[in-house]
Amino acid sequence: MAHFTKANSLYEWLDQRLAIDKLWKVLAAEYWIPKNINFLWAMGVVLMTMFTILVISGIFLLMYYKPDTKLAFDSVNYTIMQEVWFGWLWRHMHAVAASVVFLVIYIHMFTGIYYASYKRGREMIWISGMLLFVTFSAEAFSGYMLPWGQMSYWAAQVITNLFGGIPFIGDDLVIWIRGNFYVSDPTLTRFFMLHVFLMPLIIMAIIGLHFYSLRIPHVNNQDGEEIDFDAEAEKYKAGLKKEAKVIPFWPVFLSKDFFVLGVFMIFYFYLVFYHYDFAMDPINFDPANPMKTPPHIYPEWYFLWSYEVLRGFFFNVGPLSAMDMGLIAFGIANIIFFFLPWFDKNDEVAPASRRGGFFIWFWLLVVDMIILTIWGKLPPTGFNAYIGYVAAVGFLALFAALPAVTARKKGLLNFVIFMTLALYIAGYLEYTKTLGNGFIIVVLFVIFYALFFLNPVMVKHRGGVR
Amino acid sequence: MKELKILAIIIVLVGITYWGIEPYAHSQMHPHHEPATFSYGDLKALATKGDAKKGATAIMNNGCTGCHSIKSQNVPAPMDPVSASASYGVNPPDLSNIGAVVDQKFLANFIKNPVKAFKLAHKFNDNKPFPMPAFYGSDQDLADIVAYLVSIAPKEISPKEAFRTACGRCHNLRYDKWTVIGEKPKFKNDIEKADFELKLAKYEANLKKYLGTTPPDLSMFIRSRGHEYIRDFVEDPQKLLHGTAMPRVGLTKEATEKVVAYLEKVGDRKKDKRNSLGPWVLLYFVIFAILAYLWKQKIWRELH
Repeated sequence: MAHFTKANSLYEWLDQRLAIDKLWKVLAAEYWIPKNINFLWAMGVVLMTMFTILVISGIFLLMYYKPDTKLAFDSVNYTIMQEVWFGWLWRHMHAVAASVVFLVIYIHMFTGIYYASYKRGREMIWISGMLLFVTFSAEAFSGYMLPWGQMSYWAAQVITNLFGGIPFIGDDLVIWIRGNFYVSDPTLTRFFMLHVFLMPLIIMAIIGLHFYSLRIPHVNNQDGEEIDFDAEAEKYKAGLKKEAKVIPFWPVFLSKDFFVLGVFMIFYFYLVFYHYDFAMDPINFDPANPMKTPPHIYPEWYFLWSYEVLRGFFFNVGPLSAMDMGLIAFGIANIIFFFLPWFDKNDEVAPASRRGGFFIWFWLLVVDMIILTIWGKLPPTGFNAYIGYVAAVGFLALFAALPAVTARKKGLLNFVIFMTLALYIAGYLEYTKTLGNGFIIVVLFVIFYALFFLNPVMVKHRGGVR
Repeated sequence: MKELKILAIIIVLVGITYWGIEPYAHSQMHPHHEPATFSYGDLKALATKGDAKKGATAIMNNGCTGCHSIKSQNVPAPMDPVSASASYGVNPPDLSNIGAVVDQKFLANFIKNPVKAFKLAHKFNDNKPFPMPAFYGSDQDLADIVAYLVSIAPKEISPKEAFRTACGRCHNLRYDKWTVIGEKPKFKNDIEKADFELKLAKYEANLKKYLGTTPPDLSMFIRSRGHEYIRDFVEDPQKLLHGTAMPRVGLTKEATEKVVAYLEKVGDRKKDKRNSLGPWVLLYFVIFAILAYLWKQKIWRELH
């Protein structure tokens, strides 16, 4: 047993028993971060803050919320919004944070992709991060059901129905998830359990894993430079702060994060008080009514891109039914990002701007996902459906092309281009069949295509690959 | 400034996405319509000058009070709301406040030809006649009756009364204890409560049979529909929801604004609190951000 002497202060007393001095050093004061970073590196702290807000506001809401289809709507919109002291504030903060947290997640994610922070030893950071994305999605979906408004009900109806597309077990699975043959009281109660207990528990565990996964490979930097963290830390501790390439988490890294956080919180609270409709859809202030389908059903904005990948395949191609293709594409879209470290065949860690073809690939992906997001909300009629089709095929094609782009395999890239072309021709034929002259759709295909062909060209001329 | 460039790119991309999924998508989902004018231009102006005194007699002679009460003039309702709804589908309105909320031209046209003014020709016809019979008196009689109804109406009507007169016989408003058969009283015992609920259920069943659907409770309409939609909808329901069973009720612009104000008071009761707290929270984080910036500058100065 360790030897204990009489402590002279509470700090010393605790330090003897819990080694708080050492703990603080490991966690903060001597946790080293590269100095060469920009404000995008503060998104982790912003996310942690948003998650904390969600947990705390959620606890307050939980004290008054009633997970019963007869009581849920009024417990939210009357009890919490009108009767409870500052209940409206907690609810607005919770709803807006739930939406905005996804904006920050996407920025965080694309920062990782842009600076290649998912490979060469950082794979577990990426995978744990993607697990957080999936669990946050489940958390958001289950939470959206709780106010039991029209969109709560119909989104639940549509999304749980998707599981019916899984071969053999689909129909039984849908009933198992719903706890009934249709979305109803048992569905609400079990999603309530998921939302306030199981998912938060899993999320907290994965956040722990995500933080831990950073310890060995360390945080990446703006140039993808490989840093000897031990040597640089010694320099910093010796007082050579200007020369050292690292900074301690506390106070240096956090001092910058706090400023970024402050600016972000101005934006966040502006939304909470004055601009909340995007996060609290007006339609969801109509109580759930199973007998009345809303004219437009759409998920929350952060699910729109994958929803549009599902909807984009809306006509049968040969023996393949639209429904099957859509579901397969949707399934792929939801897991494809996990495999990014292996789809990227080039193990160089550098910002996209120095990686030739990958740079174009990155921006095409960003543009494609924005198009998917916007057209995921628009009514899928007439011309809109074809834009969705181009973008949905484009999304899959981009990931199929990534190994070829990063490994500079022209043959493979040509194969992907050929497959994409075949799908686009199918789209063109469908278009001329239903909407007549397909001139505009051809122009669209050509634009996407031209960008695609630029890839090998850019790989050739910009280099960046050893 | 590299960081500002990154920030600008993010703002542009987020801005485009936001524009696409909010203003643009909603403009595609909800086609544009002309805002309400409250001119009721499809209705002709009938005789101009009415005499309120003659109107008082005319209203008796034409049998209006056989169905309508005028409580402010001590004319009682011939039937209780539930029996009235069993006979007519909906409880005929008390006429005390009608002149304060309904447009005068509309009112005259309505009495003359209810179905046309209500724009409910798709619901009522010879096989299924509208419960209120058409008026066969002269246009001058009409003008007198309108003048009378205006003369007995209060000059200022509260938003709550405007709502109850205009909407309250079809729509519940449970967040302010309003039901289609009147304000929910404090019950002394379970029997009173059960009795009230039975009456309400009977009335609602009659109403559903009459309209073919149960009119929605309006408690959260200010959040689910918003000011403009409610205003334009009230002025002409068919324009925004073709085929709806809701009649055009002919409110004046002022009365509509009062109804909307009342719905806001009921459905968004904390709006004032929200608007008054907002600036303080924002100010807090502005100060927070400034202090954080100064602290960051102090610490990072030693690093470069």
